[in-house]
Amino acid sequence: MNLEAALQTFIVESRELLLSMEDSLLELERQPDDADAMNATFRAIHTIKGSAGLFGLDDIVRFTHVVESLLDRARNNEVPVNDTLTALMLECGDHIGHLVGTAAGDQPADPAAMEARQAALLERLGKFSPAGVPEVAQAVEAPVEQEASLARDGSEPVGNGAWHISLRFGRDVLRNGMDPASFLRYLSTLGDVVSTTTLCDAMPAAAEMDPESCYLGFEIDLRSEAGKETIEGAFEFVREDCQIRILPPNSRIGEFVQLIAALPEDNDRIGEILVASGAVTQAELAHALAEQQEAGGGKPRVGEILVEENVVQEAVVQAALDKQKQIKDKRATENRFVRVDAAKLEELINQVGEMVIAGASATLLARRTADGALHEAMSLMGRLVEEIRDCALSLRMVEIGETFNRFQRVVRDVSRELGKEIALEISGGETELDKTVVEKITDPLTHLVRNSIDHGIEPAEVRLARGKPANGIIRLNAYHESGTIVIEVADDGGGLNRDKILSKAIEKGIVAPTQALADQEIYNLVFEPGFSTADQVTNLSGRGVGMDVVRRNIEALRGSIDLDSRPGEGTTFRIRLPLTLAIIDGFLIEVGESSLVVPLDMVVECLELSDADKQSAETRRYLNLRGDVLPFIRLRELLAIEGEPARRENVVVVQFGGQKAGLVVDQLLGEFQTVIKPLGQVFRHLRGISGSTILGSGEVALILDVPALVQQAASRENEQTASVMQSVRPGMAPTAIL
Amino acid sequence: MGALVKAGQQLPEEQQAAAEQQQYLTFVLGGEMFAIGILCVKEIIEYGDLTVVPMMPECIRGVINLRGAVVPVVDLACRFGRRSTDLTRRTCIVIVEVEGEGERQDIGVIVDAVSEVLEIQGSQIEPAPAFGARIRTDFIHGMGKLDGKFVIILNVNKVLSLDDLALLGQMAGQESMDALTAAA
Repeated sequence: MNLEAALQTFIVESRELLLSMEDSLLELERQPDDADAMNATFRAIHTIKGSAGLFGLDDIVRFTHVVESLLDRARNNEVPVNDTLTALMLECGDHIGHLVGTAAGDQPADPAAMEARQAALLERLGKFSPAGVPEVAQAVEAPVEQEASLARDGSEPVGNGAWHISLRFGRDVLRNGMDPASFLRYLSTLGDVVSTTTLCDAMPAAAEMDPESCYLGFEIDLRSEAGKETIEGAFEFVREDCQIRILPPNSRIGEFVQLIAALPEDNDRIGEILVASGAVTQAELAHALAEQQEAGGGKPRVGEILVEENVVQEAVVQAALDKQKQIKDKRATENRFVRVDAAKLEELINQVGEMVIAGASATLLARRTADGALHEAMSLMGRLVEEIRDCALSLRMVEIGETFNRFQRVVRDVSRELGKEIALEISGGETELDKTVVEKITDPLTHLVRNSIDHGIEPAEVRLARGKPANGIIRLNAYHESGTIVIEVADDGGGLNRDKILSKAIEKGIVAPTQALADQEIYNLVFEPGFSTADQVTNLSGRGVGMDVVRRNIEALRGSIDLDSRPGEGTTFRIRLPLTLAIIDGFLIEVGESSLVVPLDMVVECLELSDADKQSAETRRYLNLRGDVLPFIRLRELLAIEGEPARRENVVVVQFGGQKAGLVVDQLLGEFQTVIKPLGQVFRHLRGISGSTILGSGEVALILDVPALVQQAASRENEQTASVMQSVRPGMAPTAIL
Repeated sequence: MGALVKAGQQLPEEQQAAAEQQQYLTFVLGGEMFAIGILCVKEIIEYGDLTVVPMMPECIRGVINLRGAVVPVVDLACRFGRRSTDLTRRTCIVIVEVEGEGERQDIGVIVDAVSEVLEIQGSQIEPAPAFGARIRTDFIHGMGKLDGKFVIILNVNKVLSLDDLALLGQMAGQESMDALTAAA
């Protein structure tokens, strides 16, 4: 087995487990008596501990063991589940995350601080343990009394509550410098040695006896709370050349059976189930497996071998078999998911992208011929390629709910820190979007949520005074709208202070005092660089280095952000993002010699620019669309494309975010599947063009960023009117909002 | 010019690089001979099928399709602040690999004609003169001596600095806006 790869899997799984543990803990905080959440938490820690043990990550094992013990006791109602416990557990979870990170090769920021944190956590954990006994000193997997007593009610005789150890020392034990008696002495430290029978059957006649060889065997009954692993560990040095059989006490059969049933691991190997329950040790399993290998052809079952070898009782094996079957059934449903390397997926999508281009090129060539059959074949192929493209893209789609759920923790921590009571409501978690988008949206979202908690929601007193419930609410919502995904972060706080924003913006020189702005425009000023109205700078937000970064990050994803705010009722941030970053359906247009692509999702309709509109276009830039005013943009002018306008011009009506606009172009070339090729760093400041694509002819076409274009046209017009107004005051520089 | 050229101006690491990299691609631009290190040249293609990108400065001519990758094309003469290159039958695009912030990008460079690949010994390379080349001095890696003549060896990462080009693009974008505003 490739250990490095397995370690990676461990790290990924541990992180997932920690996340799910966090969810469960937050659930527990709401409902302390939720047994499912408790069990889920326990299972997560238990699994991490188990896996960490496999990799010899002793730090993690040691720490998780203490956490696990406490959780186990909480699970058995020995420790009350309350906020103190969940808070501690959350911190422990974070710490385990750091430990896992260290195992993954991340350099801890400050090893000393980490150790100090661990020590502090251990101390707090220790306070929960009975009579302050340090948990570490207790043996691994201390069995739970209640379960054991339950099992004793079973049919097994109660009399024998001791481990049975049958020991046959190898001949060379003495020569190797081992003293059999010392092992027996050591055993007595683990528990009560009830009886010892010395077996001398192997002793040859005195004449043949070699005094340096050991011929002894022992049958020992040991009453101990220790697990099988610990007992076996006593014989670690002689394991090689001795025969050791350790049979669990009969009274424990029921306990093992119960343990097996409760096992969280999804091993479907009988041996591993038995090992996990502690009924069989790893060494015994290895031995049995070797035996099975030797037996060859008609392989006996591992369980049978183990029973035959007298290392485990049949009832335990039976329980393990049941568990195995149960897991197999579960597997059948779980197998629907396959873990795939992201790079492979990327590769596939790239290939599909190339195929889309090649397909477009072939279609173009086919159109030149008059071969009907070819046309038909090409259109069939076109449809299939389209379906394959959609399938390939959907492989990368994930539900946003998982990302949303992470904010439970953010909201909890931040609201505690600020002493506010805030609940998080999540809806639309099943909305899907591209994995790469999800990864990049987390940071901006975190910022928005923190911002809403810090600035949006008022302190409880203020809320009560305003006649609102003391508990604030933050809502995360997601839905699809015309080829984009919309993510909303809403709070029911005080809303934005329009006048304060405006005066601040004027003070900072972001807008001119003379500029007339709609409320909406004023609110959106908070996204300008260097803007912050918070009177107090907290350590959460308020340094004015947030909103513009949020906007930049979102725009880098070809998305947009705006906000709505109503005084006293709250603020809603609305993020619009493309569903995928790789391929879109485009609408190909031509202006002069340039081919341009408009994302098809935005195109509503196309119409011809009438002569009347053409003539009046000298003075105004809007037309009458069935009674509605439709502002339009002459792309030729805005993009500074050379040449005279064509005799017949067309208008492409586009819609985005509730706004409509017309784009005046020369020719409409129709729908076209486009693979987005980023333009690269050189063009990173270019606005109005979001990327490029390669046409079937091999020519590069630019993809228009319609919202940015419209914004640009609008601000240009504002500037023109402003500059006309300000032309009497030459000293004043026009302020640009770009 | 001896007094103007400080001896030992070159940094040790540059010298080392020069010693390793002795082969240069020479090309003609506006009648003058230039050279760039062969290691950063990926290929040379015929000029054609260029898509103009609006709102960009004159020195960024546009983009081309290089076997599925979209590559920006820079007019080198224009970048040096000279008249933009006239297209002829021998006009070529040299595809050069440039290092940006942690990533490499291919950029096409328009040249009048490609000459040949030459070997120039490190000892035959003089530091750039403080002025006189009519090119920003930081663009010049050194002056190679070749049959008694000088050839300007360009510092590709400076000439085609992605940050600089992006900044030019930003400025051009604003200028075109201002121009439009003024025109209206």
